[in-house]
Amino acid sequence: MTAYLMSVHGPAEMEEFGNYGSKEAMEEAFAETGRFNDKLKVEGYWVFAGGLQEASTATVVDGQGETPVMTDGPYLETKELIGGFWVIEAPDLDVALKLAAEASKACRGKVEVRPFDGLA
Amino acid sequence: MTQPGTAAVERVFREEYGRLIASLVRRFGDIDIAEDAASEALVAALEKWPTAGVPPNPGGWLTTTASNRAIDRLRREKLRDTKHQAAFMEHDDTPHTPTGLVEDDRLRLIFTCCHPALAPEARIALTLRLLGGLTVPEIAQAFLVPETTMGQRITRAKKKIAAAKVPYRVPEADDLPGRLGGVLTALFLVFNEGYLASGDGDPVRGELTGEAIRLARILRHLLPEEPEVTGLLALMLLTEARREARVRNGQLVPLGEQDRGGWDRALIAEGHDLVRGCLAINRPGRYQLLAAINAVHTDAPSAADTDWSQVVALYDQLAHLDSSPIVTLNRAVAVAELDGPSVGLALVDRLPLTGYHAWHATRADLLRRLGRTAEAKAAYDDAIAATANSAERAYLGRKRGELV
Repeated sequence: MTAYLMSVHGPAEMEEFGNYGSKEAMEEAFAETGRFNDKLKVEGYWVFAGGLQEASTATVVDGQGETPVMTDGPYLETKELIGGFWVIEAPDLDVALKLAAEASKACRGKVEVRPFDGLA
Repeated sequence: MTQPGTAAVERVFREEYGRLIASLVRRFGDIDIAEDAASEALVAALEKWPTAGVPPNPGGWLTTTASNRAIDRLRREKLRDTKHQAAFMEHDDTPHTPTGLVEDDRLRLIFTCCHPALAPEARIALTLRLLGGLTVPEIAQAFLVPETTMGQRITRAKKKIAAAKVPYRVPEADDLPGRLGGVLTALFLVFNEGYLASGDGDPVRGELTGEAIRLARILRHLLPEEPEVTGLLALMLLTEARREARVRNGQLVPLGEQDRGGWDRALIAEGHDLVRGCLAINRPGRYQLLAAINAVHTDAPSAADTDWSQVVALYDQLAHLDSSPIVTLNRAVAVAELDGPSVGLALVDRLPLTGYHAWHATRADLLRRLGRTAEAKAAYDDAIAATANSAERAYLGRKRGELV
């Protein structure tokens, strides 16, 4: 089994209802994502998952110098940022890509699939 | 037994390369190990064969030698490297037995090389490297990129295959049509690059068309029931048959002006047989229709005898499957033959293809035939500016020069 990070990319700026358009659409996406999470658990792919707060809540820490330097904001100033992620275990990339397609549909966002070098 | 020279040994090695790598990848689960072992087997063959002669089963000899070298190396390294350890543990010693769709290790390998998770240019490069046995410098030269760039492209793709665990298997039946499309596209792009090179070097690259045909033949042998595979092979053969007649004195010769006596009749006969065979399956597809169009052309004893209504009808069918403007452009060329250049031009002018040399060249030809000389000259200039192919530039320049 290989562990993969499935990260959801979406707009950095959140609108009301988190870019889903309406309250109903947002609730629908949450419910569908919940069902997808259940499936991951039942079928044994689940490791860990979570949604993130807006990118503007991020702090970058550079601890390479003598005293750590804190900087406000996401590390990369881009229009699209990670909004949430799953960590799954799958036998190969084809399986991971199929799950990512389902994940993307459920959460209404683009999903990047990237293998882990290993899980600690 | 004959005593082969170095060139002969290398030729056998290249012919066997795809099969050799594919079986080593299956056995050791790692492309790098497979490639290293294969090159060690080549070194051994270059030492032995010139004196001992080519063994009766050179492929078997190479596979056994390469496998032994790989096992030696893995033992020597005492499994200290986790990657090699994993590869060694996974290694599969059983003889390969065909199961269902999986008929050949090369088939698995071609689907790995053309996996949709890899960049399209990396798919073509990997296919030529691993299945075709072309060297990195040869592939770099074919696609006119520096050797280091091509080397990095291939290395990166192999790293992704290993790290992301791109599977080494033929896709399941449900996924096969979609995945097969990527494989056919890669082979067709290799062929096209050979047939009308995009750069300013040799206008036609026979080694690339030949390689694409060789790989398409292997694919057809492995998937005889897939009509699009047969269609692609037929399309390549019917196109390749006209290769010699297609350039004269460094100038491209358009289909209508080619010396049909210079066409390769054996390839045409084989292509026609294949077209009939795949159309009989009655699951038409893009490559089958393109092959059928080429069968109409190669059936006509002279350009004037071409059954243009048949060609247009086939393009109509193709347009249902593929609504790309390039199909519409080619259809318009046939319509112009049937209904006159002004009808064809009206279709061409609507297409968003201003960056495509063939669009300008088609407009130039139609405008010329309509006597709209000034516009035709401008269109020839645009066409010449849009292509680097020397034979095409020479042809377009001559046609422009003939306008008064």
